[in-house]
Amino acid sequence: MADFDQELDASGLNCPLPILRAKKALAGMDAGKVLHIIATDPGSVKDFEAFSKQTGNELMESKEEGGKFHFLIKKA
Amino acid sequence: MDEKKLAIIATKGSLDWAYPPFILASTAAALGYETEIFFTFYGLQLLKKKLDLEVTPLGNPGMPMPMGMDKWFPVLGLALPGMQSMMTSMMKKKMKEKGVASLDELRELCQEAEVKLIACQMTVDLFEMDTKEFIDGVEYAGAAAFFEFAGESDICLYI
Repeated sequence: MADFDQELDASGLNCPLPILRAKKALAGMDAGKVLHIIATDPGSVKDFEAFSKQTGNELMESKEEGGKFHFLIKKA
Repeated sequence: MDEKKLAIIATKGSLDWAYPPFILASTAAALGYETEIFFTFYGLQLLKKKLDLEVTPLGNPGMPMPMGMDKWFPVLGLALPGMQSMMTSMMKKKMKEKGVASLDELRELCQEAEVKLIACQMTVDLFEMDTKEFIDGVEYAGAAAFFEFAGESDICLYI
């Protein structure tokens, strides 16, 4: 997994909380910085794709590892 | 990118039906939508500072019942005293276990994201509701004000 600047553990949280927490975390970050999100909600895979498309924050990586979902999002 | 707009009418005041407006509004706000919820009739319950909402199995054959209760209790059994509060606490427990946000939390997130919350003035008067019981930041308006926003919205939902 590539480098990141900030981490958000949204494990155990269900829709729409991972997205809302990520949005909040990104709001406090500078453009170009990367947020690593960890989630357990299987719906978050499609949701972060949609979030990225609609907000313009690039989804650099999305993968499943050890039963958890990991996302890297670069703040636009 | 032009900001998209979402207009929602929230008409229901039960625990289960309180979720869709707040989930959709908070998510839309996170995606950059300008969002407005118009609360009317029983939906006004969702604006109370102290949310005291319940869920009822009555008249709701689609509600999954724990422990095969629907087999043991015929419809009339579901009308027994205490049944509604029991179903409500079971539903709340389940939601907590599954990491579903509380309504208070979702509503706060909506307010933080500047989702506009409008109470229908006519229903407030009709039910003689005490607006001091409502959270701060609620605006009061009527149908015409709703259309001013809804007419320009990209998505309009009646919940």
